[in-house]
Amino acid sequence: MIRLLLAALLFASPALAQRSGYDDASVQTRAMQDDDSANPGFLWVRHGEELWSQPTGTAGKSCANCHNAPDTLRNVAARYPAWDATLARPITLVQRINRCRESHQGTTALAPDNDIMLALSALVGLQSRGTKIVVANDGPLAPFLADGARLFRQRQGQLNLSCANCHDDRAGQRLGGSIIPEGHANGYPQYRLEWQGLGSFNRRLRSCLIGVRAEPYGPASAEAVAIELYLMQRAGGLTVETPSVRP
Amino acid sequence: MAIATPRVRLPAIAKKGDIIEIKTLISHDMESGQRRDSAGVVVPRKIIKLFEAQFNGRPVFSADWNPSVSANPYQSFFARVEESGTFEFAWTDDDGTVTKTTAKITVA
Repeated sequence: MIRLLLAALLFASPALAQRSGYDDASVQTRAMQDDDSANPGFLWVRHGEELWSQPTGTAGKSCANCHNAPDTLRNVAARYPAWDATLARPITLVQRINRCRESHQGTTALAPDNDIMLALSALVGLQSRGTKIVVANDGPLAPFLADGARLFRQRQGQLNLSCANCHDDRAGQRLGGSIIPEGHANGYPQYRLEWQGLGSFNRRLRSCLIGVRAEPYGPASAEAVAIELYLMQRAGGLTVETPSVRP
Repeated sequence: MAIATPRVRLPAIAKKGDIIEIKTLISHDMESGQRRDSAGVVVPRKIIKLFEAQFNGRPVFSADWNPSVSANPYQSFFARVEESGTFEFAWTDDDGTVTKTTAKITVA
């Protein structure tokens, strides 16, 4: 019985203890995120609204030609990375937008931190703000999720640290002057005061990996997608905060 | 973001004599002139040095901004409105470029 209780507690505790980076941010930073007219991420959202109806590429189609208004993509960001049957692997929201650009619009794929991609992904992400993250964890996604979980616990770099060393084991403690967040990917693209700009999940991942003196994963690499998949699954239950503001 | 795009928020309707809050946000790199690029060359300063707001042609608020102001600067201020009219906002760059926008308010 005690064992059963303990197992139940252990199973339930990650969900109970989940803390968005928002909860660790200062009052001022939170106020910035809460007020859409003060949140600088909305500069990109507005740019995205302009781009939404602009035809581009050889097909001469805009996002609006297929999707109508952006709010038809409501809640979509809350379930990405998702399985792509054609490619037979999970893809991120950025990759999904790029697939649209390449196959439907006839234009080039963009890097996650390209201003156009940031604007579009911020606009699409915003449509899911407040929605609980639910990323599928079964079926064909399972091995990729396991990969992500393994990479999350894999020690690497000259400092020989894994993601879990900080974001699971020492979350809430301090690194220098800053609180170590739990590392939930629930608000990307994200406006970081440190960056003085909006940045993608891949940019954040790169900063962490460079921080432990490891070789960063490429934005389209299988590792980066697996980690994003694992992190979004781990953040399940938290709500999407795009475009979030962090210190 | 290279292009300066301003966002302004204020109430559409107010009562005569009301004190309203006006919030403004503009995308700008606010390059301080203190940084060096990867080749060690100083990145020249390029900031918005002046923010001005007028109401029906009369100045109501202005601010000098300095190199320590962060990128994508946010400025809010309060003003008492006595009549309907138009707010005009102007952000003046180091190189003389002026970005302008307007917003209307109806005073009942």
